[in-house]
Amino acid sequence: MAAVTTSTERSLNKLAIVGVLIVTIIFLAPIYWIASTAFKPRNLATTIPPTVVFQPEISPFVKLFTKRSQLRTAPTPEQYAAAPWWERLVFDGGEKVVRSGRGEVQWSGYPNRFMNSLIVAITSTVLAVGMGTFTAYGFSRFRIKGEQDLLFFILSTRMLPPVVVAIPMFLMYRAVGLNDTHWGLIILYTAFNLSFSVWLMKGFMDEIPKEYEEAALVDGYTRMEAFFKIVLPEAATGIAATAVFCFITAWNEYAFALIMTNRRAQTAPPFIPSQVGSGLPDWTVIAAGTFLFLLPVAIFTFLLRNHLLRGMSFGAIRK
Amino acid sequence: MTQIELRGVQKYFGAVQVIKDLNLKIDDNEFIVLLGQSGCGKTTTLRAIAGLETIDGGDVLIDGKPVQHLKAADRDIAMVFQSFSLYPHMSVYENIAFPLRATRKSKAEIDSEVRSVAKTLQISDLLARKPSALSGGDMQRVAIGRALVRRPKAMLMDEPIGALDAKLREEMRAEIKRLHIKQGSTTIYVTHDQIEAMSLADRIVIMHEGVLQQVGSPDEVYSRPANLFVAQFVGSPVMNVADVAVAEKASSASVTVGGAATGFEFPRALLSKLNGHASDKLALGIRPEGVIVRREATEGFLPVEAQIVEPLGSFDIVDLKVGSTMLRARTRSGFVSGPGVKVFARIDPAQAHFFDTASGKSLGVRL
Repeated sequence: MAAVTTSTERSLNKLAIVGVLIVTIIFLAPIYWIASTAFKPRNLATTIPPTVVFQPEISPFVKLFTKRSQLRTAPTPEQYAAAPWWERLVFDGGEKVVRSGRGEVQWSGYPNRFMNSLIVAITSTVLAVGMGTFTAYGFSRFRIKGEQDLLFFILSTRMLPPVVVAIPMFLMYRAVGLNDTHWGLIILYTAFNLSFSVWLMKGFMDEIPKEYEEAALVDGYTRMEAFFKIVLPEAATGIAATAVFCFITAWNEYAFALIMTNRRAQTAPPFIPSQVGSGLPDWTVIAAGTFLFLLPVAIFTFLLRNHLLRGMSFGAIRK
Repeated sequence: MTQIELRGVQKYFGAVQVIKDLNLKIDDNEFIVLLGQSGCGKTTTLRAIAGLETIDGGDVLIDGKPVQHLKAADRDIAMVFQSFSLYPHMSVYENIAFPLRATRKSKAEIDSEVRSVAKTLQISDLLARKPSALSGGDMQRVAIGRALVRRPKAMLMDEPIGALDAKLREEMRAEIKRLHIKQGSTTIYVTHDQIEAMSLADRIVIMHEGVLQQVGSPDEVYSRPANLFVAQFVGSPVMNVADVAVAEKASSASVTVGGAATGFEFPRALLSKLNGHASDKLALGIRPEGVIVRREATEGFLPVEAQIVEPLGSFDIVDLKVGSTMLRARTRSGFVSGPGVKVFARIDPAQAHFFDTASGKSLGVRL
């Protein structure tokens, strides 16, 4: 980019910065809202105008992880004193933690759903990126009959909205017993992400000069060894970028998770809104659930941010 | 002891034949340069020897054994690529050690061999660096080190210094030559740069459109080109080629260039050597140093006019108009003061070549 010189250009530049700031604020506002609500006392969650300054508390997270019921009678001072600190927070909100006959704390459905989300998203990402990398390598390096048609066919799986196939998929899954199973969702998400993964990885593979492998072949290695020792490390950037995109898709997927699962393998996205339920919803608990749900993607993306930036601009840089 | 032989090698890319019936025998310790324009099939030939390209016909033999069905890894040949192809995620040390790791040698052996090669190439202090932190010349040294470390049967080099700047290219050229003399391995080197070819090769193999044109020592291909292509491809500035008519005179032969009024004088022996070759299919080839220029009228010299003078430092190249054609002559610097100057020229018969224009082949006439 040419250096900014004239005063018009300077003021345009400032205007652009202001524009970018405004857009950033618009995009970050909902995330701020969720994060702040997750730490608010329940009575401040729905005030108009919104409360900005408040004493943060973690009772929404305690409530998120435990099964609770309404308190009919206030706890006795002995009960209150005997309860652990986090149970007292529930008492303070006019509820009590449900315990089994043997006095064990009953967990809410959230931790399970969260684990399901992790299992499904991680496994399907590994599968989609793994298969995509091999397929892309094949397309990139070998002359394949009907290569263009095959690549188009792979892409075409993304051309119709996934939800169009929801009912046939549901019937098929029920027939083969994949309903409400982890593998059911993993297969589904892997299939969704595979075409994307193949195309993205092919772009990266094409950018890796084939002389690297040829050098390895001449140096005494088999093609498979050359792939693992030379191509994979070179493709790390592409793999990371593809993994982030696949993970986000699988992590955020809502419609199929809602249709295909209900209990055992249900992921967090359909679970969180189901907690709005009947009666007065506790928005702080929902915000806490959403906030925790945002974290893995945020952390994953943050860790791979350098690769991701490169991934977004792939093809734009010539070596 | 490594001999490489190509027997009737054919290679197609789709419908295009890129190597046409190539036969070549390379002796042990020989430095062979494959020379030709881009697209002439020289790199494909090299890759076929390395095992990176399959061939559609013929045999590739290493030490008498056909290897065309062997994988690259099993041919025990090392290759240096134009793009260096150093593995970017590995240090210089790891790059050089990489071929040895495939042979499952012990750590200590690998270490001593890597260090010994690094010492030979004077890159010992670079071993810890990544390729991205190296200069072009050092990258090429590392690439050569990686090829040498395994002590392969043969070294293949695909325009190894083509990506370097002119000064570095000259340095590396000398270094490659020194290394070859010291290590003495059979080497096949691909280039389109005839100066590189002349300075490095024991024998030059000139290719054009997939066909081998001539194999010979640098002196042979320069002073006895087999055909018009070789004549004009080798040598800088290029050889003058002009259609000529030969006529008999009392005590000599007259060679008329470009329909000029008078012809250049040649010994009478030319007539018998041409042996009645049809005049309309005859071309004369003469290198610029074979065109002798005088300032004053001399017996046997034709008056000509200088059109362009190109000063090249140690000498000048002067374009002389002879009839309708231009002959380029090499003169001392400043010998011809500028365009438009009248001078006198003669062609040195000893340096003249005669070609059949229909086939392009040299008639082999030496005077």
